[in-house]
Amino acid sequence: MRITVNVNGTEYSRVIEPRLLLIHFIRDDLGLTGSHWGCDTSNCGACIVWLDEQPVKSCTVLAPMADGRRIMTVEGLARGGRLDPVQQGFARCHGLQCGFCTPGMMLTARWLLDHNPDPTEAQIREAISGQLCRCTGYENIVRSVRWAADHEAAVSADTAGQAGGTRARPR
Amino acid sequence: MQVPAYVEYERATSVDHALTLLARFGPEARILAGGHSLIPMMKLRLAQPETLVDINDLDDLSYLTVTDGELRIGAMTRHAQLLDSALAGEHFAILHDAERVIADPVVRLWGTVGGSLCQADPSEDLSAAFAALKAVMVIQNLEGSRTVPARDFHTGPYETVVAPGELLTQIRIPIVPGGGSAYEKVGRRAGDWPIGAAGAAIWLDGDTVARAGVGLTAVGAEHFCSAPAEDFLCGAPATPQTFARAGQIAAEHCRPVSDQRGPADYKRHLAGELTTRALLRALARVRAHAPAAAD
Repeated sequence: MRITVNVNGTEYSRVIEPRLLLIHFIRDDLGLTGSHWGCDTSNCGACIVWLDEQPVKSCTVLAPMADGRRIMTVEGLARGGRLDPVQQGFARCHGLQCGFCTPGMMLTARWLLDHNPDPTEAQIREAISGQLCRCTGYENIVRSVRWAADHEAAVSADTAGQAGGTRARPR
Repeated sequence: MQVPAYVEYERATSVDHALTLLARFGPEARILAGGHSLIPMMKLRLAQPETLVDINDLDDLSYLTVTDGELRIGAMTRHAQLLDSALAGEHFAILHDAERVIADPVVRLWGTVGGSLCQADPSEDLSAAFAALKAVMVIQNLEGSRTVPARDFHTGPYETVVAPGELLTQIRIPIVPGGGSAYEKVGRRAGDWPIGAAGAAIWLDGDTVARAGVGLTAVGAEHFCSAPAEDFLCGAPATPQTFARAGQIAAEHCRPVSDQRGPADYKRHLAGELTTRALLRALARVRAHAPAAAD
């Protein structure tokens, strides 16, 4: 079957088998390898992308379910040449070591801050509770998300001034 | 790498369209709701449907309302929607207790209430909550619809009364004033299936239990409930002693099996202890919401 998806603002149309998982479609068919294929059992969250307006574990979605919908991967987080505040937070607070879990962590963090701009540490931990990191012990990830919350306005205003865009929502 | 077996994919645009597709593709067609139980089963080849009928576009099955004295939950309501629903929490705190410990926040955005029920995993949380609340399921087919009590919905592990060509569309819970409810779960880690879990709903007449529901999951309880514990509770004084005894009865009447989540005797212990705790918390909630006694 043929499916058409909008990934990070670009339309892609491909012929696929309906049983193809979304993570493999994104990585192998579209060549967007920022999303990682981890546990394959919807436990680790390395494969998280946004489907329409919400994060989803893309190892547990069939590619045809995304037909006609919008996807945002980690490659779509930065806008106008500027990193998203969440990405800046991970860079500044050393929120990653090996980086395998990072795309999923950042996409969930972006969703959290869109819905709760001032989360407590407990709320941040709850938000990423379905994701595994084997390096950081989560401490620096939590700090990174909190940094993004604290600097959201400044970074966004800066980005808006530069690129005429604000948030990194897929359109 | 886990890959599902070859499958055909159809996307339904309405309930009638979904039912028509189910009729056309026959008994080897399966409804695809959130997919967060079915797709993992397909990846393990434990499920091998020939055709998937995707109902994710059926927004008209995604709602929570109070109609005719019942809380009505559309089958495509996502777990996150149920957890966020003040209406559901106001009437049945047990549903929020249970949703808070189902999977994780990202999975809850996609997994659906109806999908979880129809997957019919013997450790599923909402099955116990709906059993405790004596909910009623609405099942639709091309001829019309029928209702089935929650306690008759499951016919075995991964089996329900929903026949080929049918679709679970709604869950109804009667709203009876003066009640309280709660859910208690013990799992190995955040987001996991329960080792054991219990839900309780009680209504008081003065200091006496007038009506009670006890739901259990993951412990081999028939119909996800404990009728003997409920029979004991009705008419008994609402005291910790009563609830402790009800827990013992619930534990005696379930049939847990040892598996990777724990030994049978530990699960039986959980069935009793968690039943008691759920009853105590339900009672506290009744008292918290009851108007001050006029004395």
